[in-house]
Amino acid sequence: MSTRLLEGKICLVTGANRGIGNAIAERYAEEGAVVFANARNEGSLDVWAKQCSEKYHTSVIPLYFDITDAAASKAALLKIKSDFGRIDVLVNNAGMVTYELLPMIDFEKLRAMFEVNVIAMIQLVQLASRIMTRQKSGSIINMSSVVGVQGVKGQLGYSATKGAVISITKSAAKELIEHNIRVNAIAPGMVGTERFTAVFEEKFKDKIANIGIGRLAEPNEIANVCVFLASDLSTYVTGQVIGVDGSASF
Amino acid sequence: MSVSEKYNSVFISVFNVEASVLGHDFTSDTVDNWDSITQLSLVTAMEDTFDIMLDPEDILNFKSYLAGKDIVAKYGVTF
Repeated sequence: MSTRLLEGKICLVTGANRGIGNAIAERYAEEGAVVFANARNEGSLDVWAKQCSEKYHTSVIPLYFDITDAAASKAALLKIKSDFGRIDVLVNNAGMVTYELLPMIDFEKLRAMFEVNVIAMIQLVQLASRIMTRQKSGSIINMSSVVGVQGVKGQLGYSATKGAVISITKSAAKELIEHNIRVNAIAPGMVGTERFTAVFEEKFKDKIANIGIGRLAEPNEIANVCVFLASDLSTYVTGQVIGVDGSASF
Repeated sequence: MSVSEKYNSVFISVFNVEASVLGHDFTSDTVDNWDSITQLSLVTAMEDTFDIMLDPEDILNFKSYLAGKDIVAKYGVTF
């Protein structure tokens, strides 16, 4: 009998091409899940997915679509349903970020960010939950942020989208629990992804003092909490926002 | 089973009625137990039967036996 936590679970991870999403997809594969790994750029995950599949003796399947394209998202969920008849876990990880003081907010970027971080997420929750409702089970994990909980100077737009993620999570959890679908959010602090490390070095190096634990998080430290929320270790956990921030405060 | 018979069987199962009552008068306005919950059950069963997934506006507009036929036809179901 397998001791892997996600053996055979059918999972979709959005934004799996790098950073936290990539770490989540790989940890899920390591725990035995069948992972549909989403990215926008055709072919970008092919080599990595093949390597992961072989390394972890499971299937990591690239699924290329833009989450803001409603028809493409629907086609992707239909493909998963058609291939496996179910979806056990949705990780809404894909997102965009901006760093702008209030007077500098570019409203075109702000609208685009809401489209990616909020509207597309709601649509994926809607689509996945329609499949999960039939099977009477499922776990949806939404990526929020510590700034969505605490707010932060210089990221009003981004923090607004991540605050919305928390509201989406709490409301969806209430609506879907009658179908045994759990919905939770993770609120990471500063994570040492390639993308963030570059920004951190340039803009926020002094902010290390704001992190109680004294360092950036490793992407795998976020992914590990995603494993917990996807697994049967968390069957009584829903509507929660789990901070994974090393005691950060802004 | 023909496509029409499959379509009818969903209504028969969800509303617990005979096939003979299904027609242009079978609508959300005339059927007592056609509420939003039943409508969702109807749509879900229809999606499972024909392996399709309706858009939200089509779920909202699925308010009669005849309208439903036009809606599922949009998804490639040919009567």
